[in-house]
Amino acid sequence: MTKVLELTGITKRFGALTANDDVSLSLAQGEILALLGENGAGKTTLMNILFGHYTADAGHIRLFGQDLPPGQPRAAIEAGVGMVHQHFTLAHNLTVLDNIMLGSEPLSRLRSARSGTRTKLIQIADRFGLPVDPDAKISTLSVGERQRVEILKALYRDARVLILDEPTAVLARPEAQRLFETLREMTREGLSLIFISHKLHEVMSASDRVAVLRGGKMVAERVTSQTNPAELAELMVGRKVERPMRQAHKIGAPVLVAKNVSVGPSEARQLEDVSFIVRSGEILGIVGVSGNGQAALGALLSGLTSPSSGSLMLNGIDAARLGPRGLIGNGAGRVPEDRNTEGVVGELSIWENAVLERLRSPDFSHRGFVRRTACKDYAAGLIDRFDIRGATPDTRTRLLSGGNMQKLVLGRVLSNDPQFVLVNQPTRGLDEGAIAAVHSELLAARGNGAAMLLISEELEEAVALSDRIQAIVKGRLSDPVAAEEADPQRLGLMMAGIWTEPENAHAS
Amino acid sequence: MRLERRAQTPLSVVILVPLVAIFAALLLAAGLIAAAGVNPLTAYAEMLRGALGSRLAITEMLTRATPLIFTGLAAAIAFRARLWNIGAEGQFFVGALATAAIGHTLGVPGWLGIPLLMLAGMAAGALLLAGPAFLRLRFGVDEVVTTLLLNFIVILFVGLMIEGPMRDPLAFGWPASVPVDGAFRLPDLVPRTRLHIGLLFAIAAAGIVWLVLARTVFGAETRAAGFNAQAAAFAGVSLPRTIMGVALLSGALAGLAGSVEVMGVTAGVTTTMSPGFGYAGIVVAMLAALHPAGVVGSAVFIATVFVGADAMGRATGVPSFIADVIVALCLLTMLVALLFTTYRIRR
Amino acid sequence: MTDAIDLLLNTSLWAAVLRIATPLIFGVLGALLCERAGVLNLGIEGIMTMGAMTGWLAVFLGTPLWMGLLVAVICGALMGLIHAALTVPLGLSQHVSGLGITLFASALAAYLYRLIVEVGDLPPAIEPFRPIDLPLLSDIPALGPVLFSQTLPTYLALLAVALMAYVLFRTPLGLAIRMTGENPHAVEAQGLNPNHIRICAVVVGSALMAMGGAFLTMAAFDSFFPGMVQGRGWICIALVVFASWRPGKALIGALLFAFFDAYQLRLQTTLDAVPYQLFLMAPYVLSILALILVARRAEVPAALMSPFRRGER
Repeated sequence: MTKVLELTGITKRFGALTANDDVSLSLAQGEILALLGENGAGKTTLMNILFGHYTADAGHIRLFGQDLPPGQPRAAIEAGVGMVHQHFTLAHNLTVLDNIMLGSEPLSRLRSARSGTRTKLIQIADRFGLPVDPDAKISTLSVGERQRVEILKALYRDARVLILDEPTAVLARPEAQRLFETLREMTREGLSLIFISHKLHEVMSASDRVAVLRGGKMVAERVTSQTNPAELAELMVGRKVERPMRQAHKIGAPVLVAKNVSVGPSEARQLEDVSFIVRSGEILGIVGVSGNGQAALGALLSGLTSPSSGSLMLNGIDAARLGPRGLIGNGAGRVPEDRNTEGVVGELSIWENAVLERLRSPDFSHRGFVRRTACKDYAAGLIDRFDIRGATPDTRTRLLSGGNMQKLVLGRVLSNDPQFVLVNQPTRGLDEGAIAAVHSELLAARGNGAAMLLISEELEEAVALSDRIQAIVKGRLSDPVAAEEADPQRLGLMMAGIWTEPENAHAS
Repeated sequence: MRLERRAQTPLSVVILVPLVAIFAALLLAAGLIAAAGVNPLTAYAEMLRGALGSRLAITEMLTRATPLIFTGLAAAIAFRARLWNIGAEGQFFVGALATAAIGHTLGVPGWLGIPLLMLAGMAAGALLLAGPAFLRLRFGVDEVVTTLLLNFIVILFVGLMIEGPMRDPLAFGWPASVPVDGAFRLPDLVPRTRLHIGLLFAIAAAGIVWLVLARTVFGAETRAAGFNAQAAAFAGVSLPRTIMGVALLSGALAGLAGSVEVMGVTAGVTTTMSPGFGYAGIVVAMLAALHPAGVVGSAVFIATVFVGADAMGRATGVPSFIADVIVALCLLTMLVALLFTTYRIRR
Repeated sequence: MTDAIDLLLNTSLWAAVLRIATPLIFGVLGALLCERAGVLNLGIEGIMTMGAMTGWLAVFLGTPLWMGLLVAVICGALMGLIHAALTVPLGLSQHVSGLGITLFASALAAYLYRLIVEVGDLPPAIEPFRPIDLPLLSDIPALGPVLFSQTLPTYLALLAVALMAYVLFRTPLGLAIRMTGENPHAVEAQGLNPNHIRICAVVVGSALMAMGGAFLTMAAFDSFFPGMVQGRGWICIALVVFASWRPGKALIGALLFAFFDAYQLRLQTTLDAVPYQLFLMAPYVLSILALILVARRAEVPAALMSPFRRGER
């Protein structure tokens, strides 16, 4: 088999961090290579170097036998590399055609050749089975369609090596299967593919060969048919990390009860008629593909939005319009989806972030003045109890690693002994060690009788932690299933919106 | 060589940065002074002598620094909360106008009247900024443009008032408003100079603003909202209340500048009584890196440039517009120099 | 009251509308170009002042009028380059940098003017652009004197609107500019450098702003004095929002605005019982009202004011 791509000795440092350490990798014609690794292993950095977003500190790249000049996306594109970014690089206010045309014509041209582009786009879309409407605005497309546009962008520029960064992160399982079928089809058309993933099952089912990155180093390469998930897991994590397991225990009384809650104006509902109950000592998992109403559910239970209809009761009082402070005051805790944009103010110190939610409580302020000593003592306690490393109360919060920042956010919520906790994507972007730490904290809080609602896009996590699971699809919730009955097959169907509709849905 | 984010900013860097910025600005302006056929060193020496060379010069400079401290604080607190109040000039004038209007007829003793008039000036400034803050919160209208446009409206309004209802019949030449009653003139700080106790008020204001920002719940919420509004809102900080609170405080400080200037220096209001105190306040705040304590120092520096440039102009013939050029350059160089508080150069 | 209506029927009012609109058209197009690429340029007020001074000065020192325009354009572009350098590669606050440019350019213009020009009782004047009667067209009754008896920069302004609309919406370059304002990461992923595009847009946009300023001293009036731009730059920033970042609507906005301005100028003389300051306030009040009117519906370029750094999002 001919090598289409060779990376040799790639090294990339960011300050003290070595993101890629002497990494070498090759790709054969018509091959699907999976680049497997934990979050932070350096997969995306490596591919960004290949595509020219970054310049490597050492090493070189050969593509179709030619040296690829470093740090120039344009050179990479012209040499036949296409990249489908995890966070799509699309302009939402512009059309599909606009997004695809950009950069395909020299800027000095006096007129865009729109009709020619349209014809070629439709041809390519037909050939690869990726139908799109060229004149649709990106903002009107579903996530799956947007990914299609992202792939078409690369194909339109005649990519022969296609890189996909976590392509299934935003897809439901049937969609993901369809995507991998399309990718297989593409290899028959002469393309070679690299896809980045941290999910073992899709690596096993979709790739020809696996390269495993750990801590910035290439630790192993395997032919997929000659390896197994257990071996890959061990290679990926490198050490034996046991995630804690949920133990059966007695579940208490309902704490949070949502009945027929809708959010958003009736013509554009973000949540439609959802009902759920969370009981003391129980974790209720909400699973679903990204963008199906999780954000609205998170905002609702954080007190940032109010229901437009239905009732939300916390410990028997109306919690619909309490707002963040009111919820906290009534025994609720909230762990936000994105710790960097919502969880902490990076420029402030750890102690300020630790008390920000409860600044107005007499514990932390007196007649409008902050009780600094009390605040700092409290923060020092959190650092100690939740094992937040590399921190003093006065450290600027943005200096914390992702895992430690998440422990700070969790700590400020859990140290308040909340009766209800919203936990939204608690382990996104964390490595195995940090994930295990977060999980054991969550289970400990459950053991102490907290009622928890866990929103997660990681099925494995939801199944491991939750007592019961509901799926969220297009702003609606399925009926709950007990975790014991939630096999991957059934959850996959639920997340695709296939569940037995509750009785009242048929009533009208 | 590359830029790298600093973990902590050493105090030495915090102090050095504005000094480097000022040095760079003076260096750039030196070219323009040389273009006027004057040795820049001579010119700067004249400038220093003009602002600091005598007791009288120093009091003049401090008189000029007084309103700059107030407007600098107004900008600093607003910018901390990412509220772009560029309207301190207008707030200065409404504060001055309210003080003159009430202070002309108010029949109370001075010890009571002066605080009342200061409150009036603060209220006027606060109300003027409350408008743009409301428009931003209610309709999403960018406050930069509205506060800027209000400056022009206010200046015209001042003109209207001092040529009409508030005209001083005794004033000759330029139209001026009726003066505040003699009982409400601020006592001199140094006898037989224009320097008045307003300077002490300004320094006290800096202390209070520092206290509010650094030690109170409101201050902590303001800083949180300024750095990361989304996270602050998630933590339960009410953004509308914070923004409105900051607007009222910032407007009040700028209004107070006008009020104190009327009671301390001009007695009546004229359209030319501010050589751009409001706009210069932005530079004062930036040079202080938005720290209230630093505002006092940077206001003194800017006042030195303004007062010194007049003297330099008389002595060397360099147009005194050079002061505005230096001040503007300071803003730009400081903006660049601030990079070094968050980044450092690594090779 | 009939006087107020008579005024509307006077062709000189309508000719004045185009004249008053000209600096606004240049300014609003310049601001629009910068913002379409994602950069707010609050330097506009100073850049217009700079253009007004330098263009006038060049002519005062003996160059032909067209050369004066060129000098203004180059000086404006240079100011734009400073703003671009601070805000694009360095990613510094566009608000503060823009205000800094305005303060700097206004002060520098005043300083250089005072340095070079001897000012007596009256500011010295130049021979400005004269209206050009387009053959035949200017003879059309009513419409002729209004549309076809204007100065050269006014014709240029109208041409610039058409050109801007064409470039933005019909060429690959325009697509790249609009995309840069929406999502610079998308531009980079397609092999273009969004920061280069931003720098170019800010420089060209600033040159246009300077043209607007130059019109003031070289066609509308014949002399320069500090502060003569009088907030026209800020009004342009408001007009860009009002125009939803579209050149055609920007032209309409500028004309509408100029109409009110021309009308209030004439009303002042008819209604002399009303203080003239109230009339002078009208443009600023109008700008604020226009902002309130459209603010909720405005389709702001999504990446406006967010600096682009490689690898950061």
